[in-house]
Amino acid sequence: MASVRLLLTRRCCTALKTTTGHGQRSLSVSSAVLALLCLSLSAARTHVSYEVKDNVAVVRINDPTSKVNTLSRHMQAEMVEVMNEIWGNAAVKSAVLISRKPGCFIAGADINMIQACKTAEEVTSLSQEGQKIFDQVEKSPIPIVAAINGSCLGGGLEFAIACQYRIATKSKKTILGTPEVMLGLLPGAGGTQRLPKMVGLPAAFDMMLTGKNIRPDKAKKMGLVHQLVDPLGPGLKSPEERTIEYLEEVAVDFAKGLAGRKVTVEKKKGLVQKIQDFVMGLPPVRKQIYKTVHSKVMKQSKGLYPAPLKIIECIQTGIEKGNAAGYLTESQNFGKLAMTSESRALIGLYHGQVTCKKNHFGKPERDVKKLAVLGAGLMGAGIAQVTIDKGVATILKDTTEEGLARGHQQVYKGLNDKTKKKSLTTFERDGIMSLLSGQLDYRDFENADMVIEAVFEDLSIKHKVVKEVEAVIPPHCIFATNTSALPIKDIAAASKRPEKVIGMHYFSPVDKMQLLEIITTNKTSKDTTASAVAVGLKQGKVIIVVGDGPGFYTTRCLAPMLAEAVRALQEGVGPKKLDSLTTGFGFPVGAATLADEVGIDVAAHVAEDLGKAFGTRFGGGNVEVLKMMVQKGFKGRKSGKGCYVYGAKSKEKKVNSGAEDILKSFKLTAPPAVSADEDIQYRLVSRFVNEAVLCLQEGILPDPVQGDIGAVFGLGFPPCLGGPFRFVDSHGADKLVQKMKRFEEAYGNQFTPCQLLLDHAKDSSKRFHK
Amino acid sequence: MQIIEHFMSLSLIRTVLLTAFSFCSAARSLSTSVHLQAQAKSKKTLAKPGVKNIVLVDGVRTPFLQSGTTYADLMPHDLARAALQGLLNRTGLPKDAVDYIVYGTVIQEVKTSNVAREAALGAGFSDKTPAHTVTMACISSNQAMTTAVGLIAAGQCDAVVAGGVEFMSDVPIRHSRKMRKTMLSLNKAKTLGARLSLLGSIRLAHLSPELPAVAEFSTAETMGHSADRLAAAFGVSRLEQDEFALRSHTLAKKAQDGGMLSDVISFKVPGRDIVSKDNGIRPATMEQLAKLKPAFIKPHGTVTAANSSFLTDGASAVLIMSEEKALAMGYKPKAYLRDFVYVSQDPKDQLLLGPTYATPKVLEKSGLTLNDIDVFEFHEAFAGQIMANLKAMESDWFAQTYMGRKTKVGAPPMEKFNTWGGSLSLGHPFAATGCRLVTTVAHRLQKEGGQYGLVAACAAGGQGHAMVIEAYPQ
Repeated sequence: MASVRLLLTRRCCTALKTTTGHGQRSLSVSSAVLALLCLSLSAARTHVSYEVKDNVAVVRINDPTSKVNTLSRHMQAEMVEVMNEIWGNAAVKSAVLISRKPGCFIAGADINMIQACKTAEEVTSLSQEGQKIFDQVEKSPIPIVAAINGSCLGGGLEFAIACQYRIATKSKKTILGTPEVMLGLLPGAGGTQRLPKMVGLPAAFDMMLTGKNIRPDKAKKMGLVHQLVDPLGPGLKSPEERTIEYLEEVAVDFAKGLAGRKVTVEKKKGLVQKIQDFVMGLPPVRKQIYKTVHSKVMKQSKGLYPAPLKIIECIQTGIEKGNAAGYLTESQNFGKLAMTSESRALIGLYHGQVTCKKNHFGKPERDVKKLAVLGAGLMGAGIAQVTIDKGVATILKDTTEEGLARGHQQVYKGLNDKTKKKSLTTFERDGIMSLLSGQLDYRDFENADMVIEAVFEDLSIKHKVVKEVEAVIPPHCIFATNTSALPIKDIAAASKRPEKVIGMHYFSPVDKMQLLEIITTNKTSKDTTASAVAVGLKQGKVIIVVGDGPGFYTTRCLAPMLAEAVRALQEGVGPKKLDSLTTGFGFPVGAATLADEVGIDVAAHVAEDLGKAFGTRFGGGNVEVLKMMVQKGFKGRKSGKGCYVYGAKSKEKKVNSGAEDILKSFKLTAPPAVSADEDIQYRLVSRFVNEAVLCLQEGILPDPVQGDIGAVFGLGFPPCLGGPFRFVDSHGADKLVQKMKRFEEAYGNQFTPCQLLLDHAKDSSKRFHK
Repeated sequence: MQIIEHFMSLSLIRTVLLTAFSFCSAARSLSTSVHLQAQAKSKKTLAKPGVKNIVLVDGVRTPFLQSGTTYADLMPHDLARAALQGLLNRTGLPKDAVDYIVYGTVIQEVKTSNVAREAALGAGFSDKTPAHTVTMACISSNQAMTTAVGLIAAGQCDAVVAGGVEFMSDVPIRHSRKMRKTMLSLNKAKTLGARLSLLGSIRLAHLSPELPAVAEFSTAETMGHSADRLAAAFGVSRLEQDEFALRSHTLAKKAQDGGMLSDVISFKVPGRDIVSKDNGIRPATMEQLAKLKPAFIKPHGTVTAANSSFLTDGASAVLIMSEEKALAMGYKPKAYLRDFVYVSQDPKDQLLLGPTYATPKVLEKSGLTLNDIDVFEFHEAFAGQIMANLKAMESDWFAQTYMGRKTKVGAPPMEKFNTWGGSLSLGHPFAATGCRLVTTVAHRLQKEGGQYGLVAACAAGGQGHAMVIEAYPQ
């Protein structure tokens, strides 16, 4: 039941869902060599090909080295060459641009190409090259139709909107968007200039500042695409193959229509559109929009993310000062952003996320076809939901009918909400629900391939459950425990087959939080780990695999920070002030709110357990504060009261005066030397970071990448800092150690830097990330 | 131009109302020649030891009329009654000789939900003859017939009347769910205050009516839309579809003029004239057909009002008996009803592929091959759907990839295929079409001297049906 419950804002949860980039080798050759290379390439182009059908040039793109198409240097060079041939061919009256990959049009620019640049100027010139190509496309003497099936993101979308006409399939895989902001960048190939003209200022801001994916039907409504084509089912070829062919046929027809002026590009504008255009034409209105958007961005990002502000600047410059100035600002800002630590941090997280979406333990001996979840509480029901959602039959077992009914309803609601958002049909929902078997007994457990227990966090209960379950499951069945702090080996002590026991620590709400922390003991077999990772990946999780110990990795990092937060509260920093200090540092959720979300009782439980395990290093705030709050019923959001009072309809959260009284009775005097705002921030963060580094030092964490991913995706560590390890690299271990030494003087060993951190402080060439 | 207008108005009705139900069938080269196979074949009969021979004694139907025309003021059971009375007249069957009546319908008139019983009572059948109604979208009357076959085979009945009716001139249009809820609560409200407050809760939006299903319930896709995607999936061109539609109308016209459609009975519509001909048969020119705009997928789709079956009113009925009983009563049966199958598949992407799946299955069951079949009657829901089925049946890849078969079954030769027209031209009253197909096969076998006929059809819900029919020795 317990587990760290975190509510992160959308920004953090989905900050890095982009699919841009791949390991494409970039060609670093001088332009002269490139020209030669292009000449020799013309005989054997590998990425772009074309044929002329009935005066229509059909340009097909396909990067043979990757699952997705990216605008790598190689792709761009071939594209330029092909376009020039087409423009030079008088017989060609129109063109169609289409990808041969079923799930991808163009997923964006090649991230590695950008990362390989050493200076802002280099990146700016990359941007200008892109701008130039798309400018030619926009001014093409013949109409070009972009035929989009699959992801059309970033540079891919910028390419498409430079074309004269766009047709997209209604496939579930077709998404359009500008996710650059999630990588701390901006659409650097004309996107900031063309999008506002195409979809209007408000929609363009929305797209570029959130980076959200836009589905085809919405894209049509917005005016981002002109026509939609339905995906086809089985025919004389596979549906995927035939759908692309059909898209091409339709696009060719439209291309001919455009060339023959039977199809017009301009859409008739509705009255609403006309009014909107008129209003947007008024400079004071636009000025107000810039101001509003700017203040909204500042409020949400606390000014910690430079990309959104630069995006606003680019759009504003383009509209107010004209194209030339707009494009120049875009390319320059793109160059500047690529050099920021924020962008590096976000790109690092992107790469880390890709790594953590792979199974590094090989293919398990058998697939999990039937999963059983014990305990239908928040966690248990959440795990069941994400499992059936991926087509795996799941048993949800509880001990009481009320508990089971609540869990069942939670799963149903989770899926039903998707039907409201139209991402599922009601029939799909019903089909998915049919995979769930809610029950009070151990019926059918003999067919389970894996059991995940999510019962109350109490060792004796867990032992009882292990024994009960092992009496009914088949020998191959894996026993996973969803505990947030109890060491797995202690739970496994009750097992007859500890090699089949593993920890799977989910984060609440399970269907929203991307992270899964898998914990292995020294007895856990490799196949058991492989199977747990496979299940997690199937559930759509980003996975870190860590060693066993009290609090594993995530809970262990969070506990000292919360202890410090309690101390700050005792020292008289109010919950609201504490929240603004933490969010001001980049945490999506403030520390006091976080404690309420996790549950004060859970926090007390964890603080006490880990306090016993790790001693005074985990001290700071008095655990009695938390215990007293629990005693008074202030268990956090779930009980309606914690640091704050919940339930009132007004958005403004009120501080719980009862909690304030408790804090007053435990009042500590704040040492003035370490109590400035910045000091409080660093006290919180340095304890988090030091514990993370210690986890690496002790081998709980296998590598810094997983440490960063776990902290950001599981605990909401500021994404703009890229995780604790990247933070040490970019902030400087020596500076951090200096701060900690100062805190250590005031508070003692809670701030003693660990050896690995000291090593890094001593030798600045030592870095966690290369 | 009149024809064009006719199609345009149809297309309007279709988009507003419903296109949700239909069947399937097949065609390839579009030759319109009809071969009369004079030479009598002497193939083995499909009789099986220990299984009763079940025969089609006769079958009739009312003329199939475009909805909103002469039948406009009737109710469904009126049409059904006309078909049942017609069957009685045609066969001279004593009314009390019928053991059971099974009738199909798709869009139900809520007042006559067991339309079989209401029609039977009015048609003068004995009130001691039980009747029930079945529904299976466009194969409802096929289901009615096979239910009859089952009752006879199981020894429970000897003579069963089966049929189907569809009445598209009037369909149940309901109040919105919210309005219905308010009205139902109003019944229960005890005080004036409670009633007033309920009345006060009615909003303008609650008054907007709910039209009957314009779409497949599970996927929310209209059938025409699905047909257009199906045609595209199999690469069926607009030209192929228009050619097939034209073929259907041309053959239907020829059959009508040549007096082949002898299953049609005359019907004196109360307050109106006597109707004795189908009124949807309209051979046009290819140019006229080419002018129509796509009705479902705009602007690049290929399915138009003219190459789709149109909304139709009509009813049909057949008399099915055990061979012994028929002979004992002095009848000369028209055909044996032999093996049949029902199939179903994905209602989204394979909604209309029923014939492709059902045909090889029923042939295998009968121990026949496609070459053994002399007469094919496939339900024509859309020209594109027929062409797609023909291509699917002709494809080894499709058979292997989607049907788990080693080889294709093959497509029926066009000279044996729907040679008296089909649903595209004769009309398609959903639940009445099945009986028309079976009766037509029996008549064609008699006319052309063939031995085996095959009926196949698709239906909403991604279902399908096929039946093998054997000529009764003449």
